[in-house]
Amino acid sequence: MVRPRVSLPADEQLRSSYLCPRRLGGVLSIDRATYDAIVAHARRDHPDEACGIVAGPEGSDRPERFVPMVNAAGSPTFYEFDSTELLELYKEMWDRDEEPVVIYHSHTATEAYPSRTDIGLANEPAAHYVLVSTREHGNSDGPVEFRSYRIVDGRVTEEEVRIVSSATSS
Amino acid sequence: MAIEVRIPTILRSYTGGEKAVDASGDTLAELVEDLESNHPGIKERLLEGEELRRFVNVYVNDEDVRFAGGLEAPVSDGDQVVILPAVAGG
Repeated sequence: MVRPRVSLPADEQLRSSYLCPRRLGGVLSIDRATYDAIVAHARRDHPDEACGIVAGPEGSDRPERFVPMVNAAGSPTFYEFDSTELLELYKEMWDRDEEPVVIYHSHTATEAYPSRTDIGLANEPAAHYVLVSTREHGNSDGPVEFRSYRIVDGRVTEEEVRIVSSATSS
Repeated sequence: MAIEVRIPTILRSYTGGEKAVDASGDTLAELVEDLESNHPGIKERLLEGEELRRFVNVYVNDEDVRFAGGLEAPVSDGDQVVILPAVAGG
């Protein structure tokens, strides 16, 4: 058993692990419409990788504004936001006091798990990195893998994806 | 002479959490040196050897410096410099 560095009273430890069994991995809560939009984008761009973000109010952890981006690399094995569009996107978010809550992209021939490149280039420690894999059904309907991760200092932590019926904010 | 430099989240550990800092220089290379003198360690995150890192974008007044002379791009008082890591992967 791994001993916590700062030890909590035993009952406190018990309570936190009971209430938050996935506390370390966290949760991505995302509404159905946004989830569907990400999947649709990934299907549409298959066999190239699709990419984009979902912005939300700074510090809110609420992915609210779906922003599909062009994959400037136009590649089945790589994605990159166009540098001019990247600047426009960030300026727009700064004006609105938003941040990228979700950064998504697709894998079109491999599983929905961050590649070594994804890990090396992950520069938003507060973002949920969503990976969608279209390897099973390509452009067609059918289930897709949709998974979410935190990537911080080269460490990948998968988290639960919870689909909520709609955005709660008005 | 002051040039505002917008710092991305990932590099704010070098600027004490500041989203933007002032720096000076006549070229982007000089600006980076000035940033380094006030925020040690940041240069290494921006440059690889004598070149801008491939996955770090720097804009002077909204123009990607890759198309404006790279590290030799001129900068002057009142300019706005934005540093943004690429959003990319495989």
